[in-house]
Amino acid sequence: MDIITLARWQFAITTVYHFFFVPITLGLSVLIAIMETFYVRTGDERYKRMTKFWGKLFLINFAMGVVTGIVMEFQFGMNWSEYSRFVGDVFGAPLAIEALSAFFLESTFLGIWIFGWERLSKRTHAATAWLVAIGANISALWILIANSFMQEPVGYILRNGRAEMTDFGALVTNPHVWLQFPHVFASGLTTASFFVLGISAYHLLRKTQEIDLFKTSFKWAAITGIIAATAVGGIGHAQGQHMIKTQPMKMAAAEALWESEDPASFSVFSIIDEANQENVFSFRIPNVLSFMAYNRMEGEVKGINDIQKAYEQTYGPGEYIPPVTISYWTFRIMVGAGVLMILLAAVGLWQVWRGHHLTPNRFLKILPWAIVVPFIANTTGWIFTEVARQPWIVFGLQRTEDAVSPNVSAGTLVFSLLSFGLIYAILIVADIYLLRKYAVQPQLESGPSAES
Amino acid sequence: MDLNTIWFILIGVLFTGFFFLEGFDYGVGILLPFISRDDRERRLMINSIGPHWDANEVWLITAGGAMFAAFPHWYATLFSGFYLALVIMLLALIVRGVAFEFRSKDENPKWRSTWDWMIFIGSAVPALLWGVALANIVRGVPIDADMQYVGTFGDLLNPFALIAGLASLLLFTLHGANFLLIKIESPITERVKRLTLRLWPLVILLSLIVTVMGYYDTDIASRHAVTALILSLGTIATISSVGWLIRKKRNGWAFAMTGACIVFFSLTIFAGLYPRLMTSSLAPDAWSLTIDNASSSPYTLQVMSIITLIFLPIVLLYQAWSYRVFRRRLTSTSSLEY
Repeated sequence: MDIITLARWQFAITTVYHFFFVPITLGLSVLIAIMETFYVRTGDERYKRMTKFWGKLFLINFAMGVVTGIVMEFQFGMNWSEYSRFVGDVFGAPLAIEALSAFFLESTFLGIWIFGWERLSKRTHAATAWLVAIGANISALWILIANSFMQEPVGYILRNGRAEMTDFGALVTNPHVWLQFPHVFASGLTTASFFVLGISAYHLLRKTQEIDLFKTSFKWAAITGIIAATAVGGIGHAQGQHMIKTQPMKMAAAEALWESEDPASFSVFSIIDEANQENVFSFRIPNVLSFMAYNRMEGEVKGINDIQKAYEQTYGPGEYIPPVTISYWTFRIMVGAGVLMILLAAVGLWQVWRGHHLTPNRFLKILPWAIVVPFIANTTGWIFTEVARQPWIVFGLQRTEDAVSPNVSAGTLVFSLLSFGLIYAILIVADIYLLRKYAVQPQLESGPSAES
Repeated sequence: MDLNTIWFILIGVLFTGFFFLEGFDYGVGILLPFISRDDRERRLMINSIGPHWDANEVWLITAGGAMFAAFPHWYATLFSGFYLALVIMLLALIVRGVAFEFRSKDENPKWRSTWDWMIFIGSAVPALLWGVALANIVRGVPIDADMQYVGTFGDLLNPFALIAGLASLLLFTLHGANFLLIKIESPITERVKRLTLRLWPLVILLSLIVTVMGYYDTDIASRHAVTALILSLGTIATISSVGWLIRKKRNGWAFAMTGACIVFFSLTIFAGLYPRLMTSSLAPDAWSLTIDNASSSPYTLQVMSIITLIFLPIVLLYQAWSYRVFRRRLTSTSSLEY
């Protein structure tokens, strides 16, 4: 295998794996901060028990997020040194700011939150929970500012053989950021909501000891779930409309739209023949793609082949088509999972409204399994947005194949890929083991702090 | 003073702060299998650094991010060049971080013992590698005219680097031991004290050897003779005081002195390096990375300076506060979260 392919696989695996843990951190930190605030405001011990129960699961997950994140920061320099040289002037800044303004906040105050229950006033302790939530989500903002530069370069000039920052304000106000970040923030809340819903449902079904804790948790998660899942979808729609203008090839690949269409049809299902650049079979609904793109029943959506020709004019001869099959299916699965989550959350909310969730029922039985749905959406979403941007690592400026570290051999890459793969495989088993153990425990008082 | 120099200093400060803080985390982790007699004692040790280890590690993330932002070529050449060493360090840091959180969450002794070894490996390996890395950066490694590292992993394992690695390993261990002395009040404290008194002369010896080897193996003496001499003397002086301070039961001062020794070591490296960022052994004057040829544009450095000026004081304030919150000692009866 060549070094570019190996480096890609490693980056894809480590990023997808990192993003298994991040959304729970993003969303659950917020939920826990709210729980603890309710405790401080009302003095109701139930909210304290909620905080501690979900907090324990949060911490198990958080550790995985932190360690897999260190790999990410290092990997740009390790595997993509030519990329780092080319965009470092622009891309390095958000990463440094992420660490300085967000990681420090998150890590310092999480340490205080874990160990400071007896040392701080109730209000101060609750404040630390908020600072963790803020730190976590601000770190998401800065990394998305960095990623948005890759998708839609702004605030730069090409000089001295690299991209140099000319306008930090433009970098931060990149329109891509202010669709991407709300989308990710909402997806974090959605993931956390389904996490809470599924585990609460488990306990409601078995009528375990701390039933009050789970009744309230279920109610909260149903509410936050429907709001967040709907927000994710709505913002995603806006992102799609933005994508048609700024990354048309990405949209065309997402739709497996080989030829431009006006009005453009929406593809429900396609069997794609990438080698021959056509669809063997495609079930399409006329006009709907134009409608989604422009809010009108007509309007041209450019096809892959036309965009390829246009890019050859702009960027010179070359291949500008991303992997279409992967783009198409990850996009579809992400959207499908998103719609499913809105439906599930809606049913959950209805059940709460009617009090049905207090009696074991089939929906409650599904919910623990539904925890996996946001993970499918998160993963396919990231695979889509990165794969469909190819061949660019920075859209219009640098190709992925030119970005790799030239001095890291294939053998070394195989070693690192296998090592990370092995460690990650072992760790996720341990992680799920612990999560499950503490998720299903009937009593709250167990674990290290209870040992005398 | 130009922006490039300011950022060189800032990154030096970030790395130095990192070594001072994470240094005792590594030390405690390294001591874990050797000092403790039972599970409770191991938990005491882990909980002593429990509130702090993660935020301490962020100093490294920030230093790395600052390198990327201010000197992208340095970040690119160093991280791609030292690839294998970094993979090993990352694997170590990964298992260590997870181990802290997972270790006590199951009662099974095999579970706990496995994670304890992960803490040990995850602390000892980075502690060693940092010395190796710093020594190589300042000594020089094969870097070509295009700022690419063209050496092998083996090039990093020269005697100077290996001795420096041993020195950093033991210095961090001693620093961690001193931390335990001020942080824990229990039967374990006596054992730690005896260990520090045995370790201390070794660290002095290694510091001297590294300094002498540094004189011959690097060109620091020809470029920064006076500064390097003063800082080296600081290294030796601070570490030499540690044993006396411990015997006099001045544990706080002993910790400050190992900390100061770490700071002096780090300053020696950075001051000796300046204005280079990495020395090319192939052509030290022509092909080394410097603060001028490896930096970001002035605009980027300005933007980063303003942001750092705002955030760094705030970070220092609340991190200091976190140490104040947990200033009380842990005893045999303290309740433990980890």
